[in-house]
Amino acid sequence: MSLKERIAVTGIGETAYVRGPGSGKTPIALQLEAALNALNDAGLSPHDIDGLIPFAIGPMVAEDFITNFGIPDLNFSALTPLGGASAVAAVQCAGAAIASGLCRHVLISLGRNGYSGTRVTSRIAQMPQFRVVGEFEVPAGAIAPAQFYAPMARLHMERFGTTSRQLGEIAVTMRRHALLNGNAVMKEPMTLEDHQNSRMISDPLRMFDCSLESDGAACVILSAAEAAKDLRKPPVYVMGTGEGHPESPSAISQRADILALGTRKAARKAFAMAGVSPADIDVAEIYDCFTYIVLRQLEELGFCAQGEGGAFVEAGHIGLGGRLPVNTHGGLLSQAHVGGMNHIVELTRQLRGEGGRAQVKDAEIGLVTGFGDMCDGSVAIMRRG
Amino acid sequence: MSGDGYLHPVPEPTPDSKPYWDGLRAGKFMVQRCTACGTLRHYPRPLCNECFSFDSEWSTLSGRGIVHSWTVCHHAFLPVFKARLPYIVAIADLEGGVRTNLELSAPAEQEIWIGMPVEIAYRVISDAVTLPVLIKARADA
Repeated sequence: MSLKERIAVTGIGETAYVRGPGSGKTPIALQLEAALNALNDAGLSPHDIDGLIPFAIGPMVAEDFITNFGIPDLNFSALTPLGGASAVAAVQCAGAAIASGLCRHVLISLGRNGYSGTRVTSRIAQMPQFRVVGEFEVPAGAIAPAQFYAPMARLHMERFGTTSRQLGEIAVTMRRHALLNGNAVMKEPMTLEDHQNSRMISDPLRMFDCSLESDGAACVILSAAEAAKDLRKPPVYVMGTGEGHPESPSAISQRADILALGTRKAARKAFAMAGVSPADIDVAEIYDCFTYIVLRQLEELGFCAQGEGGAFVEAGHIGLGGRLPVNTHGGLLSQAHVGGMNHIVELTRQLRGEGGRAQVKDAEIGLVTGFGDMCDGSVAIMRRG
Repeated sequence: MSGDGYLHPVPEPTPDSKPYWDGLRAGKFMVQRCTACGTLRHYPRPLCNECFSFDSEWSTLSGRGIVHSWTVCHHAFLPVFKARLPYIVAIADLEGGVRTNLELSAPAEQEIWIGMPVEIAYRVISDAVTLPVLIKARADA
């Protein structure tokens, strides 16, 4: 049994994305607000939800949805604990549950006060996926993702001649796209010089190579393909999905090739299921916790050869009007850090033709990725219904 | 394991990793080796991923190696690291075939390069905790 085209995105919802002074709401209230927006978008009632995949890192659990929505009889609940790869991995998990007949409408949800509440360092310290580095690397001062990923970026630069300005090209492009979106945290333009002048965080990663910490929530509803046709909006069909776990998934340092991501494995499965190739992709929403991680995923997804990510972005391919517009909403770098659930929301908008000023003309097939922890990858390929 | 006033994160050894940390307190860098098939098990863990044996022994490495890649940390993700900024974290390939990701104790302006010879040194934090750090290889090493 293939999951190809067995499910569709039928509803998307978001809250306002903000930084200071903060959302003023609990992460649970934020997710309920985004969920109701998604249900309204689909034309579904909260009681229609019979499957739930909340964000694995919490704080909201399935019980909170059941209680607040008064769901009488939930058929399916699960978590996909792949850090930033969780949201797109949840699409595949929902597909498996729906295709097997367990449920028809699965809500996947992510929301937090990442600015005004618990910040990244405290959040990851609680994650069991960080237990191994917590014992053997954190005491050395490698604590946060920037510090784990920076040596990968350094090696990529040494091996392939990748430059900080090429990373900056990604940051500048995401910012340009964010300015077209009415719901983005960052509202001022960024130049390559701004990027080069931003302070060093973990060499070679500068502040503008790092994603935002922000407050907000986003939700997506995935429905059985046969149930999707009669809902409020045109369905966006899920053509292919994949998740990929790298060698030594608990510690980057213990991987034979520290540049390797799980993304390559995820992409191979997703493209095979979808029956399309990278050349068929009209728009891509690529998990951008850091500029370098976008560059490497472009390589691992097959949009360019290994080592050529720098030249690819420098040629302007990832901007609107380019060969492969990337993160048309501004991404985690400039819209908001909603764990990549905002990437699924944006891809759905693009494939419905609801992309507004950032709409990619005639977008028919698109790709979205997640990336998490010590380089787990997740990929979903979708098409206009 | 108490840091005795040392406010940085300290390891919490498990039965699987205790020999590694005990070795460091004795000034030795030890790795776990599968008794059944000889495969190295690093970082320490219960099971050999080659032959699925739980049995292991511990062997001492020279502690010498070369830099595989590195970063200079300019931002303190925990407040306690602020006073230490900037500091270097380096992945190193050690003789014997394992990797570490440790602080490279050197001035931040120190020239670092991939392939730079380094060696393990032992930073005593308390009676209970000794942390491994990398230093530039000494000429006589």
